[in-house]
Amino acid sequence: MSVAPGSAAAPVVTVRLQRSVFERRALRNGLLTAGAWAAAIVAGIPLVSVLYMLIVRGGARLSWEALSTLPPAGFEMGGGFGNALVGTVVMVGLASLLSIPVGVMAAVYLAELGPGSRLSRTARFATKTLTGMPSILAGVFAYAAVVLVTGTYSAPAGGLALAVLMLPTVVLTAEEAIKAVPKITRDAAYGIGCTRTQVIWKVLLPTALPGILTGVMLAVARAAGETAPLLFTALFSSYWLFDGGAKLMQPTASLAVLIYNFSGMPFDNQIELAWAASLVLVLIVLIINVVSRLVGQRRV
Amino acid sequence: MSVVRLPGLITTDDRVSGPPSRWDYAADRTFRALAQTGVWLLLILLGVILWEIGGKATAGIRDYGLGFLTSTTWDVGRQQFGILPHIWGTLYSSLLALAIGGFFGVVMAIFLTQDFLPPQLAQVFRTVVELLAAIPSVVYGLWGLFVVVPALRPVAGWLFETLGWIPLFGTTLSGPGLAPASLVLAIMILPTVAAISQDALRLVPYKVKEAAYGMGTTKWEAILKVMLPTAATGIFGALVLGFGRALGETMALAMLIGNSSQISLSLFAPANTLAALLALNFPEAGKREVEVLMYAALVLLAITLLVNMAGEAIMALSARKTKS
Repeated sequence: MSVAPGSAAAPVVTVRLQRSVFERRALRNGLLTAGAWAAAIVAGIPLVSVLYMLIVRGGARLSWEALSTLPPAGFEMGGGFGNALVGTVVMVGLASLLSIPVGVMAAVYLAELGPGSRLSRTARFATKTLTGMPSILAGVFAYAAVVLVTGTYSAPAGGLALAVLMLPTVVLTAEEAIKAVPKITRDAAYGIGCTRTQVIWKVLLPTALPGILTGVMLAVARAAGETAPLLFTALFSSYWLFDGGAKLMQPTASLAVLIYNFSGMPFDNQIELAWAASLVLVLIVLIINVVSRLVGQRRV
Repeated sequence: MSVVRLPGLITTDDRVSGPPSRWDYAADRTFRALAQTGVWLLLILLGVILWEIGGKATAGIRDYGLGFLTSTTWDVGRQQFGILPHIWGTLYSSLLALAIGGFFGVVMAIFLTQDFLPPQLAQVFRTVVELLAAIPSVVYGLWGLFVVVPALRPVAGWLFETLGWIPLFGTTLSGPGLAPASLVLAIMILPTVAAISQDALRLVPYKVKEAAYGMGTTKWEAILKVMLPTAATGIFGALVLGFGRALGETMALAMLIGNSSQISLSLFAPANTLAALLALNFPEAGKREVEVLMYAALVLLAITLLVNMAGEAIMALSARKTKS
């Protein structure tokens, strides 16, 4: 920026450094700031309202009975969503087993083994595509690939649908975490004669672990709350998943689908349970989110 | 000379260093192959998804052709299927959601990046946005049913009585409908738009703003005339990606939009979307209907892919532009 040199003939100007608040430009500035504050607060209202409803209506019904018993039928009173809780845990577990090893391995390749290769570029594009894919289409895929083939709605079908949704998150966050390891660290490891595998296993992965865990947990939290992909892969069930031996190939309940099913029922008991299940689901999701953030903060 | 042992490092014998053993070579190769398999699995997965949905849809495409996209009846009994109302509902609800959620999202991004708040307070608002993103969509649906719909009903009734001649307010809200669905959808895309817009605004070098301040602009003049135009591409990309999210969102819409295959301009009429159609009809679909639903899924996939690719391309462009 160049400043015109003051010449001898420069006129004397008195400068008021402060604008009056009522000057047109300052006024506009103030109004816009007020508007931004108002918009930010309005954006927070839904969250407050959701949390309030969850605590008041869900909290009223939350009890050990709700957590540990089977869903009630039609006009029945009482009951709970114990089997849905189990179903959610089992299916998210299956999805994690499928998506985390594949995702982390792919991320290692993308970040370290062949970052610039054509394979990596294609894979990154594929991952972005998967990220943007509507979650219900993961359900459509699992329906075509598992439900139609095995002939039954089942927990593995639900798990596969959730795995498809978790995979891109795991890959992208793990890649970022591995890339974030300082170059000097890996150069030092190579410099003392480590092989590539040793560098990855003993230096990169341990250093990047908090970041990878954060991504994994965010993916788990998201999967736990997903409903659309489970609607017609795991369907729903009013019975325990592990009743009479561990049979996985049967319709399986989940918290999310239970909330959806019960929300449309004309019975107060079911609607109360839907709120209680929502509270439990949101608590699970929020706890995982908070823990993942704490883990992530330990990053160097 | 004594042998130096570095803790945590692998020495097979007492040597400090040596050429990689055969074992090391084998491990290296296996690991590399494993990692490569991971990448291939990723690619194969996408391929299989496209193949499965596309393959299962071929029967539907063959029998209903392009007329499927322009027909308005969905009647399982008479085997007549058309998804024009669903395409209309998807686009209409997403655009409405984008108008509301996009506005609040961009304002939120400005609010959080342009030094309006002390750091602690900014953290509070940032957490609010992140929590909004973390709440599962089915919970939003439940909340919409029991909070938004009852709250909107008197407003809708009043608008219908006083401004009923405008097509937008042509009906009352009898239960679920487009307006509550779009409103909840707007809340759900706000975090997406806010997060990506924040990134776009942060990409603008600080000195650009300082230069504007140096010329005597007020804060908002700097924001509106310098920051926003500079970050415009990125913010536009954020809006497109938010739109892409809205198009694919399922549960909140399946619960709130009313599931009625009609085309109406009215904000309070029930409507339907592609994703909601899939969610509601798949569980009880017969063979024929599954084929048609696969066709509908393919249409949804095509629309969202196009929008998301456009969004990503715009983001890439904006990153390149701001860097240079």
